[in-house]
Amino acid sequence: MHRNPSRPLSPHLTIWRWGPHMLVSILHRVTGTGLATLGAAAFVWWLVAAATSAEAYADFLDHADNWYGVVIGVGLSWAFFQHSLSGIRHFVLDMGAGYELGVNKFWSVMTLVGSIFLTALLWFLIVGGN
Amino acid sequence: MRMESPLGRVRGLGSARSGARHWWLERLTSVSTLLLFIWFAVSLLRLPGLDHETVTEWLRSPLAAVPMLLLIVSTFWHLKLGLQVVIEDYVHQEGSKLFSVLLLNFLTIAGAALAFFAILKIAFGGDAPNA
Repeated sequence: MHRNPSRPLSPHLTIWRWGPHMLVSILHRVTGTGLATLGAAAFVWWLVAAATSAEAYADFLDHADNWYGVVIGVGLSWAFFQHSLSGIRHFVLDMGAGYELGVNKFWSVMTLVGSIFLTALLWFLIVGGN
Repeated sequence: MRMESPLGRVRGLGSARSGARHWWLERLTSVSTLLLFIWFAVSLLRLPGLDHETVTEWLRSPLAAVPMLLLIVSTFWHLKLGLQVVIEDYVHQEGSKLFSVLLLNFLTIAGAALAFFAILKIAFGGDAPNA
């Protein structure tokens, strides 16, 4: 980068009043990065363990059934739902719709409400299935 | 006076030397990844359990193994495109950026290959679980 440090940057995060759309935008990147690293690693581990042996698979399940495994599982599933819902929101925004202040705020909040609801529903189904 | 068109001056100067195709493929793979993960979650929830025997038996079916292979390609492609944008946004030094993108490509392909091979091994592994 050939940026001259003496030149001012345009005002960024610091000058805006916080709104849900800012949180959702940041969460999209955070959840995406989390899924792409931790989520992908857990997914590969699960598959490789299943392909290796019953012992390797039992080892994976030992960790997954542990308290930290459940915390990571709940976290990853919430990240998946949050990333998916705000990804769908981005499709609408890509089409040039949904930029009105009220509409934009409403659907930003709905991605947060939706991701928590879907995470609760998924884990209700998982626990109910046992 | 520069005998060069504006397009000629900027071509190849973007942060990653490309853009529209990357953007489009990120959208395309996001749709396929979402659809395949909905299938994946529903399939796992319908299994009687997630023990080794149930999971490997499920993965031996072509109608489970093939969507899983597609899911791996779609997901790893999407996460590679996404993480590359994150790297390009935050890593400004050209050398570190090149190195990070290189490393990302290697790790993504390695992860996808491991997952892909695991599915194929289970799917082609025959009926006896390799315990």
